[in-house]
Order: sequence, then structure tokens, then C-alpha cells
Amino acid sequence: MPGAIYAEGLVKTFGDVKALDGVDLDVPEGTVLGLLGPNGAGKTTTVRCLTTLLRPDSGRAVVAGIDVLEQPDAVRRSIGLSGQFAAVDEYLTGRENLQMVGQLYQMRAKAAKERAAELLEQFHLADAADRPTKTYSGGMRRRLDLAAALVVSPPVMFMDEPTTGLDPRNRQQLWEVIKQLVSGGTTLLLTTQYLEEADHLAHDIAVVDHGRVIAKGTADQLKARTGGERVEVVVHEREHIQAAAEVLAGFGKGDTTVEEHMRKLTAPVTGGAKLLAEVIRELDTRGIEIDDIGLRRPTLDDVFLSLTGHVAEAKNEENDKEAAK
Amino acid sequence: MSAVTDTVRVAPAANPVSQSIRDSLVVAKRNLIRMSRIPEMIIYGLIQPIMFVVLFTYVFGGSMQIGGSTSAVDYKNFLMAGIFAQTVTFATASSGAGIADDMHKGLIDRFRSLPMARGAVLTGRTLADSVQTALTLVVLAVVALLVGWRVGSDGDTNLGKVLGAFGLLLLLGYAFTWIGALIGMSVRTPEAATSSGLIWLFPVTFISNAFVDTSHMTPWLRHIAEWNPFSATVQACRVLFANPGQSQSDAWPMQHPVWASLIYSILILVVFRTLAVRKYRSATA
Ligand SMILES: Nc1ncnc2c1ncn2[C@@H]1O[C@H](COP(=O)(O)OP(=O)(O)OP(=O)(O)O)[C@@H](O)[C@H]1O
Ligand SMILES: [Mg+2]
Repeated sequence: MPGAIYAEGLVKTFGDVKALDGVDLDVPEGTVLGLLGPNGAGKTTTVRCLTTLLRPDSGRAVVAGIDVLEQPDAVRRSIGLSGQFAAVDEYLTGRENLQMVGQLYQMRAKAAKERAAELLEQFHLADAADRPTKTYSGGMRRRLDLAAALVVSPPVMFMDEPTTGLDPRNRQQLWEVIKQLVSGGTTLLLTTQYLEEADHLAHDIAVVDHGRVIAKGTADQLKARTGGERVEVVVHEREHIQAAAEVLAGFGKGDTTVEEHMRKLTAPVTGGAKLLAEVIRELDTRGIEIDDIGLRRPTLDDVFLSLTGHVAEAKNEENDKEAAK
Repeated sequence: MSAVTDTVRVAPAANPVSQSIRDSLVVAKRNLIRMSRIPEMIIYGLIQPIMFVVLFTYVFGGSMQIGGSTSAVDYKNFLMAGIFAQTVTFATASSGAGIADDMHKGLIDRFRSLPMARGAVLTGRTLADSVQTALTLVVLAVVALLVGWRVGSDGDTNLGKVLGAFGLLLLLGYAFTWIGALIGMSVRTPEAATSSGLIWLFPVTFISNAFVDTSHMTPWLRHIAEWNPFSATVQACRVLFANPGQSQSDAWPMQHPVWASLIYSILILVVFRTLAVRKYRSATA
């Protein structure tokens, strides 16, 4: 069985920009896929292809078991979309916006009205429900847009950077809503710039760059690919950097990196907390005063930078060569 | 990948025609609510034609030769059909700007991701604009009566004919809003839609029988004016209102203005609706 969202070799070119260069995705039913990638990677274009807004030049896509290119209308009945930029009518009130969307999902007027009231409550917009959305803050508009995507609780949802512009409290609340949805069986594709968010919500992560999926797996798998744990030491005195480096060289499993201005040293290690204690003892013995020490596991930020930073560098080198000719 | 081929077949929605009507009405309602919250747009939409009525009546009245007469009263009665027709075509700019604005704000994307009838977003907008046009016509007719316009000033007419004339005006306006819809779908910004929605209307409405007697034009210009779709509706209104200055030309649209007006409007409607909806389906904001 293919997943609830399935894509194979999606290609989309705008003029001479290759926005998608063969995107493959497979999201099992009831799971969340986090689509990560730098600006311009092709995340939004992928979402637009999967939600029938854009016809790919080639490739195929199946959403909720329906072929996107063959039966776009049927796909639209099974999806909810919240685009990268909130799409609400600014002269309509929050309530009117949601009622309209409900009716266009072919709900009866009365049902649309009830559903709108429920969603306004759930997204903490009840107080502002009868004001034109022109008067809403950015975060309120964003929440209304998300509510609009949830009007019919579709089996498959797409959210393009859903929490961009939300304050921490609203972000947390949205995460709760998303978790509830998914525990109810909804399949979700979510793009985000917040790696913490992908870590928190997504079962699987796909990293996109230059229109291709360059890595996929669970957050843990991706972190493991980037490397193991590291010890980070910040010494108190600049003069102690050299001595501390010698200590770390004794424990480290690779080269120690030094950030002079921050008096910070980082070395890859294995051995966990026990090793950390030994490092502290050794530093103490040598009379090296420290401001901070810790064991760091790679974050998704590290994954992101190491994966996409690498590609960007390779590209720059090519450009340099071109320029040199 | 063989498993991927057995995709689910979803039954089409109940009845496409009733869905299309329902969706169009939902969108029309949305646009009417919008318009009611931007009253200054309605006010400006009214000021311009009222200004035209007053200016043309008092500035040109008395110096224009209409059917051999230079009487100010004749010009006034001649003029109104032209101003009414010009006014209904201005809805083009409003539709265009509204739709371009929806594109710009990403609303068209939202609509396109919903399981709604394909043409409904544009139909809803054009219907709402026609409601506004109807409102404008009512106000304008009252102002025209106040400055002295009278139906039946040049023959006999009846209520049915007068209402028929307003029907033709509304149909012309509705057809033109679809030109606006196509413009709105084609340009990048609401500002561009407003200006490109208006600019071409000036030659269309001035190279016509709306404000002057075409028999005084140079022959080639007269030809264009007499076959101008816009002129057909103006002539039809003059005939139905029984107002002076009706063209005596042999050109078919001038001889059969009611038919010509109907045919032209329906033709414009069908062609531009088809083009605009096609554009909507493939729109990429
Ligand atoms: N309609 C369009 N016309 C021309 N180029 C486009 C269009 N849409 C996207 N692109 C280009 O395609 C590439 C991918 O864009 P896309 O919006 O998918 O990126 P993204 O990953 O969503 O980026 P961001 O994180 O900034 O939202 C970019 O180079 C962009 O300039
Ligand atoms: Mg994007």
C-alpha cells in the first residue's frame, strides 16, 4: 500500500529555475512528515503540486489514495491546506471566513455555522470572531487560516510553515491541536523552518534542497548521520585554551575545534556522562578554570547545516571555478 | 510501485449545475459583504457617473447637434442612454481589481484547493459587481430624472420597454465584468487591473454613439462606431426609451439594436467567461 501522501519524481520548472528536480515522498497513513529545507528549496512548490494548485511537469502524486493529476477534484474533497501566507478575506469577520470555507466544502449553511463556532473556540478566536480580520494580528490571522484548513477534518492535511509568526504559547497550542489531529488518524505534511518543531511533531523528516530530497529518516536517524556526541568546554581564561585543548585531545575521538573569541572548545567523544566527569577531573587537576562544560548531542540544526551547508558549498566552488575561467 | 496504481475512485459531487449555482452564490455573498464594508468604493462608483450626467448636460447641452437639432433638452434626452451604458461598463475595472486582489492575497489559492465548482469564484465576483451596477443605475436614473431626462420624449414607450432597456444595460455590464475577470486573472497587481481595466474603455465608449451623433464622424470612424458592440446597446436603449438622436444608419446593429445588443453581450459573455475560467484553472499566483 502506498502512503496517504505519495509522490514520485516530481519535477517543476519555472522559466530557467528548476524548483523541483525529482521529489519522492511516501507518508504512511496517520503519520506526520516534516519537510525541512532552506529558503527556495522547493517546499512550497512541493505542497502546491500535491494540493492540485500546480501541475508538475512530470512525475506522479497520489493523495488519500487518489491520483492528483487524474482526479484533482476528488483530491480537493479529501485535503485541507494552510498555505505559507494566511489566505483569509480581510473584510470578512473570522466567523464569516470560516462559514464561507465550510459552505465551499459543500457543508449546509447551518452545519458550516456550527463548525465555525467550534473552530473559533478551539483556536482562541471567539472574542474576535465578529471583527473583520483586517483588525487581527498576524498570529491571529495565521490561526484563522489554520482553522480554515481544518473545517472538514480532512484525512490528509498540508501545512506550509504553520507556526511561522506565532508566539511560543500559540505555537505550543497549535502543536497540541496537530497531535490531536494525528492521533485521530489524520496524515499531515508540514513544512517548517523550526527544526525543534519537526523534532517534536514529525515521525519522519525529509530534508529538501535544490528541489530534491537529500536525506530522509526519523530525527534520530538523521542526527546519527551527522555524528555522535561532543564535549563543549568554555574556559575562563584565554591563556588556558591551549592547555584545555591538550586535555580534550586525550579524550577526543577526532579533531578539537576552537572558537577563540568565545574561549570555546568542542571535541567529538564517545562515553557519555562518565567521560564528562573524567574530563572535568582532569581539567581541575591541571588548574584550568572553566565557565561552562557540557555534553552536546547533535540537534536537527546541526543536521540541517551539515546537509544543506555542504551542498551550498559545493555549488559555490563550482561557481568560483566558473568565475576563474 | 504496482500497488500505487489502484487508486480510490471518488464519485463526482451530486449535481454539478446546482453545485455551481450554490458555490457562486456563496462567493457572491462574500463579495457583497466585502463591498458593504468598503462603502467609499460604492460612493466613488456613484460620483463619477453623476458628474458625467451633470457636466455633459450643462457643458455640451445646447452646442451639440442631435438629429439636426441643437436644443439642450434634446441633447439631455439623447445623452442618458450613453451615460448609463458607459457606467455599466465601468464594473469591468472593479471586477478586475477584485480578482487581482484575491490572487495577490493568496485567496485564489485557498479557493482552488477547495472542492468547489471551478467557475464559481469568478461568477460570484461578477454577480456581486452586477448587483452594485444595478444599484448605481437606480441612483443614476433618479439623478437623470432630476436634471430633466424623460422617457418617451421622442415617441411612445411603456414600462416593459423601459425595464427591457435596463435589462440590456445590466447584461452588457455583466458581459464586460468577464472581460475584467480575465484581466484580473492576467495581471499581477490590483492597481494594474484597475488601470488596464479602464484605459481601453475610453476608446470603446467614446468611439460610439454614446455622446455624439455618429453621422457627423469621418466615414471610417463612423463605421467603427456603428459596429461597436457598445453602440448597439446605446441605440437599443434610445429606441426603448423613445429618446431622440437614434442613428438612421443602414448598419445592421443600428437597424436591429435590441437583437444586436443581445447577441453582442452574450457573445462577449461566453468568450470571456471561457477564457477567464480556463485561466483560473491553471492560475499560478
Ligand atoms: N511562481 C513561480 N514563478 C517563478 N519561480 C518560482 C515560482 N514559485 C517558486 N519559484 C522558485 O522555485 C524555487 C522554490 O521555491 P519554493 O517557494 O518552493 O521554496 P521554499 O522551499 O518554499 O522556500 P521558503 O522557505 O522561502 O518558503 C525558488 O527558487 C523560487 O524562486
Ligand atoms: Mg515556502
